[in-house]
Formats: sequence, C-alpha cells, structure tokens
Amino acid sequence: MKYVGQRIERVDGIKKVTGDLKYTDDLKMPGMLYAAVKRSPYPHAKILNIDISKAEKLPGVKAITTGKDFPKRVGLYLADKTFLAVDKVRYRGEAVAAVAAETLEIAEEAVRLIEVEYEELEPVTNALEAMKPGAPLVHPDLGEYSHAPIFHTVPGTNISEHFKLRKGNVEEGFKQADYILESSFFVPHIQHCPIENHVAIAKYDRDGSLTVWASCQSPYAVRAALSAAFEIPLNKLRVISPAVGGGFGSKAGTTLEGIVIPLSMKTGRPVKLTYSREDEFVNSYVRQAMYSKFKTGVTKEGKIVALEVEFVWDGGAYTEYGVNITKSAGFAMAGPYEVPNIHGDSYCVYTNNPVGGPYRGFGMAEIHFCIEQNMDAVANAIGMDPVEFRKINAHKPGGRTATNEPVYDNCGLVECIDTVAKDIGYYTPSEQPKDPKKVRAKGIACGMKAPSMPNDVASSAIIRLNEDGTAYLSVSAQDIGQGSDTTLIQIAAEALSLPPEKITINTGDTANTPYEWQTVASRITFCAGNAVLRAAEDVKRQLIELASIKLSTYPRDLKLEDGYVVSTQYPDKKVSYAELALGLTMPDGSGVHGPIIGRGSFIPENVKNFDLETGQSEKPVAFWTYGANGVEIEVDTETGHIKVLKVASCWDVGKVINPTLIEGQIQGGIVQGIGSALFEEIKLDKGKFLNQSFMDYKIPTVGDMPEMIVKFVENEQHDGPFGARGIAEPAMIPAAPAIANALYNALGVRIHQIPLTPERVLQAIKEKQNNKNN
Amino acid sequence: MKYKISFTLNHEKVEHEVEPNKTLLKMLREDFDLTGAKEGCGQGECGACTVLLDGKPVNSCLVLAVDADGRDILTIEGLANGNQLDKLQASFIKHGALQCGYCTPGMIMAAKGLLNENPHPTEEEIKKAISGNLCRCTGYKKIVEAIMAVAEE
Repeated sequence: MKYVGQRIERVDGIKKVTGDLKYTDDLKMPGMLYAAVKRSPYPHAKILNIDISKAEKLPGVKAITTGKDFPKRVGLYLADKTFLAVDKVRYRGEAVAAVAAETLEIAEEAVRLIEVEYEELEPVTNALEAMKPGAPLVHPDLGEYSHAPIFHTVPGTNISEHFKLRKGNVEEGFKQADYILESSFFVPHIQHCPIENHVAIAKYDRDGSLTVWASCQSPYAVRAALSAAFEIPLNKLRVISPAVGGGFGSKAGTTLEGIVIPLSMKTGRPVKLTYSREDEFVNSYVRQAMYSKFKTGVTKEGKIVALEVEFVWDGGAYTEYGVNITKSAGFAMAGPYEVPNIHGDSYCVYTNNPVGGPYRGFGMAEIHFCIEQNMDAVANAIGMDPVEFRKINAHKPGGRTATNEPVYDNCGLVECIDTVAKDIGYYTPSEQPKDPKKVRAKGIACGMKAPSMPNDVASSAIIRLNEDGTAYLSVSAQDIGQGSDTTLIQIAAEALSLPPEKITINTGDTANTPYEWQTVASRITFCAGNAVLRAAEDVKRQLIELASIKLSTYPRDLKLEDGYVVSTQYPDKKVSYAELALGLTMPDGSGVHGPIIGRGSFIPENVKNFDLETGQSEKPVAFWTYGANGVEIEVDTETGHIKVLKVASCWDVGKVINPTLIEGQIQGGIVQGIGSALFEEIKLDKGKFLNQSFMDYKIPTVGDMPEMIVKFVENEQHDGPFGARGIAEPAMIPAAPAIANALYNALGVRIHQIPLTPERVLQAIKEKQNNKNN
Repeated sequence: MKYKISFTLNHEKVEHEVEPNKTLLKMLREDFDLTGAKEGCGQGECGACTVLLDGKPVNSCLVLAVDADGRDILTIEGLANGNQLDKLQASFIKHGALQCGYCTPGMIMAAKGLLNENPHPTEEEIKKAISGNLCRCTGYKKIVEAIMAVAEE
C-alpha cells in the first residue's frame, strides 16, 4: 500500500512545534469574563445557605451562579450529577458556586466573599465500608436516577452498578482442581495529568444559541450532556474543541463546561474557566481505586478450571462514567485466559472521594495488575513456568472468552507472548550488577482490551472534493495526541489514491463536522476509520460514475490512481479528479451531477446486549486487542528503589497504519504505566486530597524512561479499516504487573498493591526475612 | 502601579509597562499574545512554559516580568526563521517526537538552550537538560532521538 503502513509525518506537526496551534486556553474573546469557583471544604455535608450578597457588591463582579439555577441531574450512563452542588456536597472540592468577573483576580476575591453554611454529614471514604449495610448513603435518591438499561443499580445502598458474570458451574470446576489458590490486591486512585489543564469558554447569545469552546475529547457527548442539563436544543448548541493538550480519558465527559454556561447566560458575555493544576488533580476525574479478590482452581497440568472474582471500585461522589468502567472490568475479569467456570462480581460503589472516571485503559490496567500478578503467583505455587502457564490458558483462535464469545483467528496473543519473551531474554538470567545490594530480574505480563462503549455508537465522515483535485475530510474524531488526524488522512488517501498532503482534515465542531460518539476506548482508528473508508468509497463511486460517461468506459474497467480515474484496459484513457470534482461538463458545455461529496456512516456490526444475570454474550464488544510486555528491572535492596531497565512490548493490532505514531503510543503507554507502577498514587485522608501538585505527585520524567523494544503482530481485523483495530490504551495495561512480577523474580516478594514504592519494597524484604527467621 | 521595562523579544526591541507581580509567562501570553509557552502547573514543575532568557532556558512562570528588563527573550514563536523551521523543530516532526503538543514548545526551548551551550551533547546530557520538562504522551524516547539527531549533525 502506498500510504497505509507508511511513516507519514504528523499533519499537525508544524502547528505544534511552532506554538502556532491555539488551544482553548490560548483563546481570548472581546468582552471575555473570567470565572472562579467556590468549593466545598467538606467531603459530605448539607448546604444550608449560600450568601452571595458581599460577593455581588464587589466591583467587577458580573454574575454568580449556584446549583439551584440548573438542578437537573445528568450523566453519560447514569444521571447522577449536577455541575454545581444542589442541597448537598459529596466530595471535598465539589463546586457550590461560581463567579464571573472582569478579571480572574476579582473573581477569586469574590469567591472568598461567598459564605456557605453547611451541616456536616458522616462521610464514607472507603469503598469496602461504603458497601456495608448501614453505611451513610452518598445518593439516597439513587433509585430515582435514570440510567442506561444495561446497568444494575442497587437503590438503598451505595452500589451504583453490580455486574455479574456467571459461566459454567464454578463449584464443579473447583472439584476438578488439584490446587485452589486465593489472593487479593489493591489499586489506588491515580490522576491522568495531561500537561494541559481543563479549560472551557461559554458564550450565550440572545437568540438562545450557546457556543462552548472546550478542551474536550468528545464534542458530541459534551453537547448531549449540556443540552440535557440546560434544556437547549441541539441545533442551538455548538461545541468546539479547538485542540486537546492530552486527555487520557479525563476530558472524555463533561467537567467544568456546565459551570461557565449559567454565568454566560446571565451576562451574555463569553466566560472562561481554566483549571489550575491543583484543580486538575482534585476536580477532574480520577482513576478509581479498586479492591480485588481471586480464588483460582487449577489442575496439575496447569489448566485453570475455575475462577471466583470480586472487584470493588471506589467510584467517588458521582459515577455517571464509573458504572461503565465497572461493567467493562466485569467482562474481562478472567483476563486474556480461557476459563470454563467463572463466578464473578464487579461493584461500583459511591464514596465521598473525588469523582472517578475513565483513565487510559478503562479498568483494564487496574484489573490486569491483579490478574497478571495472580497468574504468576499461581504458576509459582504449582511449580510451573509463568510463560508456559500463560500459554496453556491464553485465549487462542477457536476458544471462548469469559462471556462465551468465540475467540477468532485474529487473536495473536501467544505470538505476542513469544515475541516479548524472546526480546526480553526471559529464559536468560539477568546479568547481575557488581554492587551486591542490587538485584536484576525479568518479568512478564499480558493484557487485553476492547472498546468499552455502547453497542450502537455511531461515527461519520464527509469528504468534499475541491475543483483542483484536493479534498477536505471532516470528522469529529479528535486528535488528542494519538495522531488520529494523520491516520484518518492516511486511510482516506489510500482509499482515494490521493497523496495525504492533498487532503486537509477538519475536526471538533458540532456545527460543522459530522457526528462522532466519543474519542475514547481506542475506537477511533476502527470506528472513525471505517466511516472515513465509507466516505472515500462514496467519492470513488461518484468519480467512476462520471468518468465512465466522460471516457465511454464501463465502470468495472475503471480504477483510481494518483488523482485520476484510469481505464484498467487502456491506461492512456484517464480523467483527473479536478475535472470531475464539481460535476462533469459535457461536450456541448452543459453540466451534470454537481460537486462530489462523499458520506460515510458506521456502527460496529452486531454487538449485542449481554444477559444481565450472567454477563454472557456472544459479541459484547466490537473487538479485542491482545498483547504482552516483558520487563527487566533492577532493585536496590538497601533503598528499595526499583529501576526499570528494559521493556519489550508486542501487540496484535491487526494492521499498523503509521509505524511512527503507533510506536509513540506504545512507548507513551509503557512510561505512563511505569509511573503508576512505581510512584503514582493519590493520597487521600478522609476524602482530603493530600498531594495535589507535581511536587507531591510525581509523574515520570525522561530519567524514568527504560530501553524500549516495540513490536507488532498483524492478524487482520476482518471488519477494520485495512484490517486495523485499536491500540492507544492497551499499551499501558501490562506495564505495572510485569514490573511487580519481575520484583518477585528478583527478591521472592510479592507486593499486592501499587505503587511499588521504596518503603513498600523494603517492608516486603523485611517481612520475608522475619518469616525466614521464624 | 506599572513598571516601564525594555527588552528584546524574539529579535525585536520592545518597551513595555508591566505590573510588578506579573510573571514573564503571563506577560508573554496576555500582553503579547505569545501563547506558545503554556502554563501546565504555575509552580515550575512541568516546564511547559520554558522560554530562553539570554539564551538560557527558564520556567517563565517563576520569573517576574520586571526581571526581563534589559534582557533577551526568545519564545517558541521566534525560534523559526519565518517559515523556515529550526533544525530542532524539523527533527521533532521527523522523529514523531510530539503527540498532544502541549509540552512541545517548552521541550524544544529546553533543548535549544542546551544546544546553544553545548552543540554536541551526549544522550545523558540531553536527558539532564529536559529532565524538568514533563511529557505525558510520548514516553520521551522519540524526543531524545529527535534532539540526538540534531546534536549529531
């Protein structure tokens, strides 16, 4: 292929390296006001009174809003949130009032003058406690909230989703087992930390139309939520996402847009709210914490025959998004392994902690940290090589997943395992450093992920030919760094036989670019890519129709080649796209057809609801992406410090569209995963966020980067564009468990929670020595 | 009260009046519409606001604008020669050393500061020079490769 599979340079490269690209915070508008937010100092409290009288009088203050202005609850999957608290606050930092003023300084001063009277309520800040009968209820009205029918709320409790997986007969399964092993793990809250903080600007016009500029991954999903909350028809609500400075899920839903809208409605002026880094830590989605338990039945030949699993997710104060993470984790609870008998539950639990939401991998990185350590622990316990143990149980073509979905021949998991085992030299013991206090070892982990999205989510694309033979491609898939602008152009270029530089892409404007559900779930190359492919095919059909008249040739004998429709029989017979773009001019000077506009729409095929009682479905997701990481680490037994020396990663992606971009995705995911494995953790004390800065919450720097070997397997996705499926999130999934497994291989200690901090490593070494001495 | 200062901004002499408590970053973004330098944390921890002051990289969120008096400021907007990209900018594109682009201006200016002092740094020297610049997307590998390619020229 000419363009697909090639290292095409990013189409947004020049704008990004020159500083010319305008992100939302770079926008300045005439008459723009600046917003600041009054936030709750309590994790759980009744709002008795909000006194804005002093703040209103401050010169320069133009408007103040509270939750009472728009009390309607909204949410993507579960309508449980308002943009400003109404009657009660459910986490420390929740917005209770907001001010718009001529300057940010005045707005901040006005916020200090707002007086809020609270009555403190007993908080619940641990998900396991929150599940118990009699725990304080975060949402006593849960039973009245509307939600998508695939979710199972438990009114009268803090459980906002209970996903059940029941496969085979787990009691019988355990009877067949030669060994039964139990383990439990904990994954803490972490934060996305895109370098760009959340920001939004709203402008309400007197004709009733509203424009919102936001750094958001999903302009159409934002439009839907805002339309519901503010009761504005969709044709009057325009959401523009000018550019996104990193999202990783944090910018998938709505966060602060709903705070600036009422302020603009009151003033008719554009109102901007930019989160500080502290806001970004506390008041944008966090990755949910999760407790897991496994009971694994395995035969002496190494076949897993029964599995009991429980996941308890700390969803925080609102779980409009968290319920779906809980469900998606439930589907995948056995990991990329075939287990005939499974009994599992995944619970999303309200607490008075920060709001949980989607984070790169959508539950998969969290559960695989547990699943993949459990796999090594079981293999070690039964005296089997962890790689062999994985290969025995791995999903393979002809097998069945936990939901009883057939595993198709595009599953290259075993190839990926073999590749990373070879690249990391898994069977060659690490060369030990001269310093006897330092130990090196290797570890391995697998991962899988599907797009966690409703069955019928839609994508669309429009291609317009220009009269010089160039083209515009319009989509609302957002380039949030992953490179979708470039890959979607490559797909269009290949299908249209037109060089990428002749195609310009437009995105992110609900008034001008066509529908896209969301830029999440590693679904854009697959879903939007298919829509682009169909739009290109539509253009092709029109070009060939006109060319067949022009060239007096049967359509079947025409093909597209480098901007021309060419006869396959007589290559000299051809007509350029430029000549046909606005329609065909006949010999007598008359014209036919008009401008060529291609349209493509796409919904994944036959993805069906699962059974609510068993979680079973033959096709619950569009596709699964499989892969593995191998790592080599060095542990300093004196300081407890772990250094990741080398990571080998291999994924079955169906088809590589752009090698440079996909390598970047994997490398970024590996390093982000190292952060979560070694040092990232939100420290919470009774709902109070203790480390809301880069000083206290470290993310990886260049010094944490290991040597990286990245490879791909290409077992074609039959319904993917040129055979491709999604990969952006999966890269992160096996990063943490592979390191934890390497730690066990180095020192024989298994730490059941991340991050693997020096303190925890030293503690584990000490405990091991104590056990030995006793 | 505002202070009158004069400095060179992207190769041009400028006179400007600025509040004593305004940071260099805010002055560049708000008063000069030079929005290439970004505020990622406002505490000097992320490096997204890196510009060159007298040829040396600084976190412009930690420098007061008045301290720019009499000095030479280069921002990402002034790095290219018109439409002719600087070698570092071209190398970042060629090596795929950027994703969301938010850290990119600061990252490139930090690298530029290094190459000003040390045109042929080692990989370790490059890593040290950009260790204060956070990138959440790339995993840093392609960034180091892009800078190395220029350093080896």
